[in-house]
Amino acid sequence: MPSLTLLGQAVVSGLLAGGIYGLLALGLSLSWGLLRLVNLAHFALALLGAYLTYQLGTSLHVPAWLAALAIVPAFFVLGVGFHAVFAYFRVTEFASLLVTFGLAVILESIIQWFWTADYRRYETAYATSSLRVGPLFVPALELLACLTAAGLALATWAWLRFSYVGKALRASAEDPGMAAAFGVNHRRLAFVLSGVSAAYAGIAGAFIALISTLAPAQIWAWLGVVFAVVIIGGLANPIGALLAGLLIGVSESLTMAVVTPAWAPLVSFSVLIVILIARPDRV
Amino acid sequence: MMRAPVRSGFGGVLAGVLLVVFTATAGAAPSGPPIRIGGTLALTGPLAPTALLHKIAGEIYVEELNKGTGLLGRPVEWVLLDDQSKPDVTRSLYEKLITVDKVDLLMGPYATSGILAAMGVAQRYGKVFVHHSFGMPHLAKYEMHFPTAAFGPEPNVTLPTTVYNALAATANSPKTVAIVTSKFPSAQFQSAGARDVAEKRGLKVVLYLEYEFGNRDWGALAARVKDAKPDLLWIGSLGLDSNQLLEAMKKLDYTPPRHFHLFPAPGPLALAPEGKLALSSTVFEEHPPFTSQAGAARLIPLFHERATRANVPYPYVDTQVAGSLAAWQVLDAAVTATKSLDDKVLGQWLRTNKVDTIIGKLHFDGPNNYGEDLFKVKQVHDGKWVVVWPREFAAPGARLLPP
Repeated sequence: MPSLTLLGQAVVSGLLAGGIYGLLALGLSLSWGLLRLVNLAHFALALLGAYLTYQLGTSLHVPAWLAALAIVPAFFVLGVGFHAVFAYFRVTEFASLLVTFGLAVILESIIQWFWTADYRRYETAYATSSLRVGPLFVPALELLACLTAAGLALATWAWLRFSYVGKALRASAEDPGMAAAFGVNHRRLAFVLSGVSAAYAGIAGAFIALISTLAPAQIWAWLGVVFAVVIIGGLANPIGALLAGLLIGVSESLTMAVVTPAWAPLVSFSVLIVILIARPDRV
Repeated sequence: MMRAPVRSGFGGVLAGVLLVVFTATAGAAPSGPPIRIGGTLALTGPLAPTALLHKIAGEIYVEELNKGTGLLGRPVEWVLLDDQSKPDVTRSLYEKLITVDKVDLLMGPYATSGILAAMGVAQRYGKVFVHHSFGMPHLAKYEMHFPTAAFGPEPNVTLPTTVYNALAATANSPKTVAIVTSKFPSAQFQSAGARDVAEKRGLKVVLYLEYEFGNRDWGALAARVKDAKPDLLWIGSLGLDSNQLLEAMKKLDYTPPRHFHLFPAPGPLALAPEGKLALSSTVFEEHPPFTSQAGAARLIPLFHERATRANVPYPYVDTQVAGSLAAWQVLDAAVTATKSLDDKVLGQWLRTNKVDTIIGKLHFDGPNNYGEDLFKVKQVHDGKWVVVWPREFAAPGARLLPP
C-alpha cells in the first residue's frame, strides 16, 4: 500500500506534468479549433524554442526569461509566415496534417543539423530547486510552467470570450459565411491566431529547455498525449486544454505510483476513448 | 637466379629506384572499384544521440582504411542509411542494401532491436553480420553474427554479478536494492537479471519497476524510489533516463546512496552534478590498461578531434565508440586475413580465430558466438568516467568511492 506522502507527491508531480501538457496543448487547440489546421509543427516549434533558449543561455548567457521575451515575438512572426504559406496553398484540415508533419520533419532536421543529435542540457542554478510544503516537494520550474499555463489559458479564454477579435474568430469557426456577412475578415484574424499559437509554442519551449534535456527526436515525445489532451479538453477551449492536461498528468502519475509506470502511457488514451464514447461530438 | 653484384654508381641508383617503386607499391593508395560496406544507424529518432557516436567511429575507421591501402588494395565505401531508430525501417533498409545496393559486406546498426531486425535479413541472405551494440545474446541464433558488444553469453547474470561484487568489496556494502528499468528489450532483460542475481545473493529487492521507453514523467518514479529508501539504485536506463530520474529525485531532496546506470548517455551523466559517483559498466575508457589495446593510440586522438568538431559534448572514447571501432576492426581483420569478401569464408575465419581489437582480444566460439563478458565497472570521478573494478583494470590511483 503506497504511503500518503507517495500519493501526495504523485499528485503534485502529475499536476505539474499536466501543466506542461496544457501549455503545449494550448496553441494546438486554438489552431485546430478555430482555423481547422491540425498543426503538428507546433511540437517542432516548441522544441525549436527550447533549443534557442538553450543556445542564448549557454552561448550568450541570456537569462531564460529574457530569451523567452525575444523568442515570443519572433515566433509570432514565424507563425504568421507559416500561415501565409498555408493560406496561399489553401491547406485544408486533413491536408494540414500532412503539410505540418512535413514541416515538423524539416524543423527536426534543421535542429539536428545545427545542434546535432546529441543531448543538450541547459544547466541553471535553479534547475533542481523545489519548494517544500509539509512532506511534499514542489519543483519550482515545473510550478512556474504550470502557473504560466494557467495564466495563459485564462487570458486566452478571456480574449476569445470578451474581445472583438476573439468573438470574430469564434464566429468564423462556427459559420464563416455568416461571419463574413457581418464584416469579419477571417483571413486577417487567422494570421493573428497563427502568430499567437506559435508564440505559445515558444513559451512552452522556454520551459522545456529549463526542465528537460534536449534531443531533436523529442519533437514526437509529446505528440500522442498532447493530442489526447486537446481532444479531451475540447477544440479551441483553453481552459479545457489546461484541465485535460492536469487530468491526464495526475492520472498518469497516480498510475505510476500505485500500479506500474509501464501502464502510464495507456492512461491518456484510455481516458480519451472513454470520453469519445461518452461525447462522440468532441472532435 | 643469382643477382650480379652491383658495383657501379648506376647500380646504386637502380637499387634506389627499385626501393622507391617497392615502397610506393607496398603502401599504394587503394585503387579499383570500392568495397561497399552497407549498414544503417539511427541518425534520427530517439536513439540518434548515441548513434551519432557510432557514425563518427565508423567514418574515422573507413577514412583510416582509405588513407592506407584500403581493404584488399581497394578503397572502402560505407553505404550508411538512416533507420530512424525503427526496427521495421532497419529491416527494410538491410534488405535494400543487400538486394538493390548490392553491398559487399554488412555492418550492424545501433541497438538491440535494430540489430535483431537486421540480423534476420543477414541470415536470409547468408551475409556475415558484425555488430556492436546487441544486449540480448540468447536471442542471437544466427551462426554468422559476430558481436563486439562483449557482454558474454549471459549478461543478465555476469554483469550484475560484477557490479554486486564490486560493491560487496567496499566498506558499506549495500543490503537493499531498488531496480527501475526501461522496457527497452536489452535494458529490461539485464535489469530482470539484476533482480534475480540480487535475490540469490541475499540482497533485498525493495522495489522493481518497469517504465516505457520514452517515459516523460519522472516525478512519480522518483517518489517511489525515495519511498523505498534503497542502499543501491539500479537504473536500467537508456540514454537520458538516468539524468532525468536523478534530477527528479534531486527535486524531492533525495539522492540514492549508490546508483548504477545500465546504458546511460555517458557525457550528460558524467557532466551533471547529480551524476557524481554514478556507476556504470564499460569495456573501454581512456586510461591504462585500455589505452594500450589494439588501435587505441591511433584512434583515440582521431575521435577526439572529430567528435569535438561535430560538437559532441563528451568527445571521449568509451563503451559505445570502442564497441563500434572494434566491429570495424573485426571486419577488417577477417577480410585482410582471408583476402576474401566471401561471407562463408569470412564467417568461417571469424569463428575459428581471435581478433585483437581496441576492447581486447575477441573470439566468437562460445554460445551464440559470444566470448567472455569483458565489462568492468566504472564510476564518475570529477566529471569523467574511470574504471574502478576489477582492480587490475582500474585507472591509475582510482578505486570505487563510497557515497
